[in-house]
Amino acid sequence: MKDVKHLVVSAIKDGTVIDHIPAKDLFKVITILGLDHIENQMTFGSNLESKKLGKKAIIKISDMFFRNEDINKIALVAPEAKLNIIKDYNVVEKKVVEVPDTITGIAKCVNPKCITNNEEITTRFSVVDKKKVILKCHYCEKITDQENMRIV
Amino acid sequence: MKNRSLVSISDYSREEYLKILDLAEKFENNPRQDILKGMVVATLFFEPSTRTRLSFESAVNRLGGKVLGFSDASSSSATKGETLRDTIKMVCNYADLIVMRHPLEGSARFASEVSKVPVINAGDGANQHPTQTLLDLYSIRKTQGTLENLNIFMVGDLKYGRTVHSLLMAMSEFNTTFYFISPDELKMPDEYKRYLKNKGLKYYEFKDFTDIINQADIIYMTRVQKERFSDPIEYERTKNAYILRNHMLKDSKPNVKILHPLPRVNEIHLDVDTNEKAYYFTQALNGVFVRQAIISSILGLN
Repeated sequence: MKDVKHLVVSAIKDGTVIDHIPAKDLFKVITILGLDHIENQMTFGSNLESKKLGKKAIIKISDMFFRNEDINKIALVAPEAKLNIIKDYNVVEKKVVEVPDTITGIAKCVNPKCITNNEEITTRFSVVDKKKVILKCHYCEKITDQENMRIV
Repeated sequence: MKNRSLVSISDYSREEYLKILDLAEKFENNPRQDILKGMVVATLFFEPSTRTRLSFESAVNRLGGKVLGFSDASSSSATKGETLRDTIKMVCNYADLIVMRHPLEGSARFASEVSKVPVINAGDGANQHPTQTLLDLYSIRKTQGTLENLNIFMVGDLKYGRTVHSLLMAMSEFNTTFYFISPDELKMPDEYKRYLKNKGLKYYEFKDFTDIINQADIIYMTRVQKERFSDPIEYERTKNAYILRNHMLKDSKPNVKILHPLPRVNEIHLDVDTNEKAYYFTQALNGVFVRQAIISSILGLN
């Protein structure tokens, strides 16, 4: 009998597939991209087997296409994520996530004495290490690493 | 530098440090000038710091300017729940320059972005205190005749001390060799050591305060605070290990000077005060000239 590649999350006609999200960060990705506020049809799967990540998650959003600067925001939690752009059931473009030089308004500063944690201020960070995703607060100049990162 | 806020020591380049020091020298020779006549400087001290505030106010007054402000948050509308954003937006209508001290880190950078007039950071929590660093540089250059190729020893709390971190950043522009003397709990953080390594500068770390200091051109002392220790027994054991006493200086270099950002507690023994190598009180006086230089260059009066 022929092996059938069974899709756990069913295919979409047009839209974007975000694959290779670390399973534990699926909901962070949803929050960062604002997917919890959109009306598009969307399916996702989590705790799927992945050779690379152990357990991964995948999101498929119909009729939704992202600008690069928006998609790069998820680099904070899912630097390995890959995007497939789907038109008429075919992958027409593949994209990888790139860690931007600066991060505005996504992460929280780890320092409880930072002004951004005490007054309504949009956070700003420069990325001092793109590989390990280490952020330096524009205001208090303290380092926030991936382990301590919380999403606004 | 005109109209630019001074929030962090890294806001200025090496050339700008030197420009401020040259200017401070001119103010030392002639501290009373009327160049700030008709100008108003706001000193907003959200936490008390008498030493720093008086130094700034003395600098402004000696240049003929006027000062307004408050000396601790209880006499400001912050106690009524006003945000820093609103306080700054209001005050920048009344002053040509804001000098601000605030307990929260990053507050000065934020204030500089909200304010229409330049902001000088007079200390934002444990983060930055750039005018202290510039007066340290002034004291070093004045006593050594140069900032280049010196052996700088930093002693005590090197982990939390913002003055040593900023001084390290600034002196790394002048081919300094650094010697760090501290207990294990209070060692210089890795990010600063990495910074020196990347710049190709040498540094040495010591746990014991020994005759290694005979190689020093500058000994920069800091307070070892009890609250920094998780283990009180460890504090009792270490607190007396980092005290500078006069006899320890008997074989030191003739040009060496002892600096301290003040206030000191017991880390420099009183018997050092009469030694001509003690410089910490003159260091504080230099603060007025350096602040005169910073204020006048930001206001574009030079």
